[in-house]
Amino acid sequence: MLTILFDGVAYGMLLFILAVGLAVTMGLMNFINLAHGAFAMVGGYITVLLMQRLGVPFLLCLPLAFLGSALLGGVLERTLYRPLYHKPHLDQVLFSIGLTFMAVAAVDYFVGSTQQNLQLPEWLKGRTELGEGDWMLGMGHYRLFIIAVCAALTVALQYILTKTRFGSRLRASVDDQRVAAGLGINVNVVFLSTFAVGSGLAGLGGALGADVLGMDPSFPLKFMIYFLIVVAVGGTSSITGPLLAALLLGVADVAGKYYIPKMGAFIVYFLMILILVWRPQGLFVRQGGKA
Amino acid sequence: MSASKLHAAGVLQGGRWRWWEVVLWAAALASPWALSSHSLIINEIAILALFALSLDLILGYTGIVSLGHAAFFGMGAYAAALFSKLVMPDPLVGLMVGIACATVLGAICSVTILRGTDLTRLMVTLGVGLILMELANKLDWLTGGADGLQGVVMGPLLGRYEFDLQGQTAAWYSLTILLVLFILAKRFVNSPFGATLKAIRDNRLRAMAIGIPVSQRLSVVYTVAAGAAGAAGALLSQTTGFASLDLFEFHRSADVMLVLVIGGTGWLYGGVAGALVFKLMQDTISAITPQYWTFWIGLFLVVLVLVGRERLVRPWTWFGLGKSSNKGGKV
Repeated sequence: MLTILFDGVAYGMLLFILAVGLAVTMGLMNFINLAHGAFAMVGGYITVLLMQRLGVPFLLCLPLAFLGSALLGGVLERTLYRPLYHKPHLDQVLFSIGLTFMAVAAVDYFVGSTQQNLQLPEWLKGRTELGEGDWMLGMGHYRLFIIAVCAALTVALQYILTKTRFGSRLRASVDDQRVAAGLGINVNVVFLSTFAVGSGLAGLGGALGADVLGMDPSFPLKFMIYFLIVVAVGGTSSITGPLLAALLLGVADVAGKYYIPKMGAFIVYFLMILILVWRPQGLFVRQGGKA
Repeated sequence: MSASKLHAAGVLQGGRWRWWEVVLWAAALASPWALSSHSLIINEIAILALFALSLDLILGYTGIVSLGHAAFFGMGAYAAALFSKLVMPDPLVGLMVGIACATVLGAICSVTILRGTDLTRLMVTLGVGLILMELANKLDWLTGGADGLQGVVMGPLLGRYEFDLQGQTAAWYSLTILLVLFILAKRFVNSPFGATLKAIRDNRLRAMAIGIPVSQRLSVVYTVAAGAAGAAGALLSQTTGFASLDLFEFHRSADVMLVLVIGGTGWLYGGVAGALVFKLMQDTISAITPQYWTFWIGLFLVVLVLVGRERLVRPWTWFGLGKSSNKGGKV
């Protein structure tokens, strides 16, 4: 039972890293970006291909995946996304679906549609078990590694958001873009860098999750709903909201699949609909922010 | 007094039939006979047009962005196919059953779209689609699971017209149902009720302020649209004799949205025109690259949005009038 909880937490942490960029961009620009998963896929494929074809060590691949997706995100933000910020949501949805379709078909074309396997380094393959009986806790080293990396990232993000100058600019822009611009904050630059970092984090998440989630060209479509759940349930005004939502989702998903395999993904979708009907703005929203 | 009458006439005048519409429908109904070798694709176009028409009711006329409209399509398809397999093979009764099931589902789901932002609605509609897909997948004793529902045999239409391999009967059947539902939809959106829907789309707060019961209107239109989508699904499974999980797939919801956007939203012929263009395009491109045609669809979507949806159907604005694209902000 603890093992399931542990796996769920690892899964949730991964989802959080994958989705946090989406939460910030949605909160900042009110832009519905369904193509977020495509950036995660790019990161995952960068890792897989670098390791398979060039033999780059795993640990070096992770920052490369981050940089690659961040660069791509930055370029796309400047060229394609920016003109669409003030378009209606329907346009944004269509645009990002189109981008996702293109990414899926392009990866299919260049790499092939089979699922890619990640060769983990030896030191991540083991498994440690603590306790016994019902309370046995089996920790895969790789999942432990994921949790450690994601926790470190979360703390770093929280620090940047709450303690640094950039963080306060970002929060000001999220709260009210026009007033922030009036106070001399260059909202465009704030957004460009946030989008790039968000995409980079998605790429990193994709790289970390390539082994757990599976990497194939349909990745952006398969996990789109999960990212959106994290954002919609967690709200977009802080990063603790999405974090809690991601952990909840991860644990619910793993536990649901383990205990009631027949029900599969029902529980997650059902919970999501219930939560959203009950609290349409998300579970963890701050009162008084801009609607 | 006379001014208000004039306004009422202005709002409701779309309900009249013009001569070109009659010609268009006559041509459509004659097409399976004139182009008998293409009956199968005519059938598919008619079904897609009906599906897009149903989405137009909620997206174009009411402004609800839905990514899960395939849920109702699939519900209608499975209901009709199961009915003909297990109860009786008459197509029209099966169609009614399909519509009824999808309508009930729509009525249930309409509760979920009343509150929240666009994002919330997007998520909820998407979630409903996924739940139904899981259901169809897991209830394999009933639906055949991932293999699809096979062995659906249709009886003759009205007891006389057999469904032929060439698809002529199927095409006429689908076109007739499309026409009937189109007429109903036209009455529907051009009634005072339809006018209130447009008011809700344009400004929900003001609509509420002048006394339109917004939630009630939204749930009614969502239910009606679900029923129409169910009819489209039922037609598909009846004319192909097959229902599969693919009916609930996300890309089907996305495709129908694309169809509607190609033809233009908020205009009943938008779905019909879009379906025609989309199917012909799909046929052409997938003949060239069968596997990667989603790439071109994606590219098309991206370009479409960047150029501006309104300008696509107005070629004279393509050059020189760069500023006019900024007006696209309000839809």
